[in-house]
Amino acid sequence: MQDNAPVSRESDGKDLFSKFDPIIKMREDLLSSGVEDPFNLVMEQVLSPTRAICNGRETILLGTYNYMGMTFDPDVVDAGKQALSDFGTGTTGSRVLNGTYQGHKDVEDALKEFYAMDHAMVFSTGYQANLGIISTIAGKGDYIVLDIDSHASIYDGCKMGDAEIVPFKHNDIEAMEKRLKRIPEGAGILVVLEGVYSMLGDVAPLKEMVAIAKRHGAMVLVDEAHSMGFIGENGRGVVEAQGVIDEVDFIIGTFSKSVGTVGGFCVSNHPKFEIMRLVCRPYTFTASLPPSVVATAATSIRKLMHGSDKRAHLWENSKRLHAGLKALGFKLGTETAESAIIAVIMPDLGQGAAMWEALLKEGLYVNLARPPATPGNMTLLRCSLCAEHTTEEVKTILDIFEAAGKKVGII
Amino acid sequence: MDRAAVDARIRELIEPFNKKGITITEDTSFANDLEFDSLTVMDFVAEIEDAFDIIISMNQQAEIERYGQLVDAVHKMQAAS
Ligand SMILES: Cc1ncc(COP(=O)(O)O)c(C=O)c1O
Repeated sequence: MQDNAPVSRESDGKDLFSKFDPIIKMREDLLSSGVEDPFNLVMEQVLSPTRAICNGRETILLGTYNYMGMTFDPDVVDAGKQALSDFGTGTTGSRVLNGTYQGHKDVEDALKEFYAMDHAMVFSTGYQANLGIISTIAGKGDYIVLDIDSHASIYDGCKMGDAEIVPFKHNDIEAMEKRLKRIPEGAGILVVLEGVYSMLGDVAPLKEMVAIAKRHGAMVLVDEAHSMGFIGENGRGVVEAQGVIDEVDFIIGTFSKSVGTVGGFCVSNHPKFEIMRLVCRPYTFTASLPPSVVATAATSIRKLMHGSDKRAHLWENSKRLHAGLKALGFKLGTETAESAIIAVIMPDLGQGAAMWEALLKEGLYVNLARPPATPGNMTLLRCSLCAEHTTEEVKTILDIFEAAGKKVGII
Repeated sequence: MDRAAVDARIRELIEPFNKKGITITEDTSFANDLEFDSLTVMDFVAEIEDAFDIIISMNQQAEIERYGQLVDAVHKMQAAS
């Protein structure tokens, strides 16, 4: 035997990747049925917030969370171009060192105006905003009470911190209250909720939940990623629509949906909020957003304040699509349209993928969600509407759903 | 409640979740023997929490792999509360 021969682990074929074998198999099984890979789609050209060329076909986009269609707004695009030429391509630094430009201050001002709140802190993504705020404010001995269907970024924020994590059944007011009651006297409590849950497009009973949380002395954080610019009189989210915006302690949001670019934020009225900039690691130990991104975000946010006509049209689209799909016989995630997300429930992953592919071939892109990311391990076709979808387009979308649903045998 | 009483109560609660009707011992694993997925875990934990008026946080759940460990944990918690 040679002394320097590498140790072979081939014999049992196992290495650190072996734990991924089940998911590799699930993927292979799916692709071997001949469907196009739903998780490998390339948009070759993007024509507008609602149209793209995918695999050589012109496609209606119905799964991009681009709710307010700001991605091609001429004012927003111009602001980005201007900042790109004035401030360069990137900051090459952290917000707390060399990475805070005038544009970062300006977008934080725009958020303070939009939400009418005292403090705003911009992160590089919404994922990092949840990660940072949750892991930092809830520490050892504190309790985080959260909805079981919370977004991955909320769970990861919980996991990164040292608090006790207590989930409760989705949107179940009583289950939440029971858990709050059992928390030891004197422990700090953070309740984490979402305005709109993005899997089924359902809205949380925030009015009741926030009142109960406050009665138990908890601080409340609401993730409004899927409602900004659209729900509530001023587009401030479900907290505004249900009249509890003054009771919640923190709102988390993202620029990657209604705002139409990338970035995340937290707004708050807490008098000590600014200290977060120094103690929140996902804020400190990463580079800040490029100047062009914050310029587009600030312009977009200020335009969203005056978007009531667009909001009304988006609601109309959402209601029309919901009613139409229901009439065609599809099973939907909610009884009525509660948000701009309409989730179509598929019988299983195989038929879901077949339906997804049939829609794509007819020129419609929706979002395929599969277990284990989904509640109840359902397979969903998530449709997200845009204020720029015309009434005609919604009709076309329904025609495509009808044709594909019949082809696959779901309706 | 002594450990035997806690054990007896949990045996009642686990019944509807024991789909294959396997014999449960101190060493029975929730993931491997009972094949609990994350949804089942959530429902089962909620039943136990309500029955004993306790909280079993996700941090604590991560430490509990076998039936006996669950009985120990619940016994300790309900004695403290
Ligand atoms: C509820 C929720 N929170 C946070 C995020 C993260 O946002 P971002 O895309 O900015 O990281 C998302 C979207 O992915 C989300 O759906």
